[in-house]
Amino acid sequence: MSRTDVLVSVDWVQEHLGQPGIVLVEVDEDTSAYDGGHIEGAVKLDWKKDLQDPLRRDYLDKSAFEALLSSRGIANDDTVVLYGGNNNWFAAYAYWYFKIYGHRDVKLMDGGRKKWELDGRPLSKDAVERPATQYQAAEPDLSIRAFRDEVVQSIGSKNIVDVRSPDEFSGKILAPAHLPQEQSQRPGHVPTAINIPWSKAANEDGTFKSDEELAKLYGEQGFDPSKPTIAYCRIGERSSHTWFVLRELLGNSDVKNYDGSWVEYGSLVGVPIEK
Amino acid sequence: MCGAPKQGGALAGIDLSTQTVIQGSVWHEGAPVAGAYVRLLDGTDEFTAEVVTSPEGEFRFFAAPGEWKLRALAPGGKGQRVIEAEVGLNETTVVLDA
Repeated sequence: MSRTDVLVSVDWVQEHLGQPGIVLVEVDEDTSAYDGGHIEGAVKLDWKKDLQDPLRRDYLDKSAFEALLSSRGIANDDTVVLYGGNNNWFAAYAYWYFKIYGHRDVKLMDGGRKKWELDGRPLSKDAVERPATQYQAAEPDLSIRAFRDEVVQSIGSKNIVDVRSPDEFSGKILAPAHLPQEQSQRPGHVPTAINIPWSKAANEDGTFKSDEELAKLYGEQGFDPSKPTIAYCRIGERSSHTWFVLRELLGNSDVKNYDGSWVEYGSLVGVPIEK
Repeated sequence: MCGAPKQGGALAGIDLSTQTVIQGSVWHEGAPVAGAYVRLLDGTDEFTAEVVTSPEGEFRFFAAPGEWKLRALAPGGKGQRVIEAEVGLNETTVVLDA
């Protein structure tokens, strides 16, 4: 696995617009961005309405994921290129999610919607229709997903990487600062977690830093590549961004995303918390 | 949710006795800038949040009392401003340099 297998540039996307076998997918939480203009031919996935189970706090089960991708016209042998707002947080989450269900060829567009917009590249408001497919997902690959018990058991042994901002890590604030600060969780972080904010892995235009810069960054912050790793944030989307960096770009083999993240951990009764 | 809500608009429903709201607009050459990326950096210059300005050029953050830096990035240029925020409403303007 190398960077070019998992990441494509905005130039690459523009050069390959409309090419059969490549499906662009915009993944956002705020899908008004897509509706106001998207990359030509891109289909939309709404992080909440499409990718979350409507009842339980979980992602879709296998059959629901199959139905979703079939309805969007995505086939098993398509190359899926994901992009989105928020510096690709939700697109990175979708990347992790497509990997959970075994999609063979999935990539992120480096810089996401932000890089595309800052470059002044064209956006389209045309509705996108693709003929339905018969998508078949694999059984979920849980080797890349951490659950709460494993997080507690990993305190002091694995790399636990808290990718939230320093003020969330220290418990000064409970959510990213574009959201109201009224939450039910206890503030703080998982004991022994190291705080390497996701944003340190990205340039200001939303693109990822170079492999050399990334390796240096994690090395300096106390990340031990010889140990298994669990990344978490508040709800699991920023940690997908870091999961992508650690596993897909830097090639660490045992990296899990804890998508329960602080919303779950900070609500658990009796677990240790540090501030 | 973790993405940014719609920027700008009324403060209805926001409790200004507990929330530290930092809001304002981005300007360039005498006009508000829609679609600018505004990020909030903490006292150590670390990224805390980012939003995209509304059609009227507005942004809004929910922070905590203390010193913050706003940085704006748009195809038309960049700008930044430091603000000392208190509980309640803190308003400011960020002007882009070409």
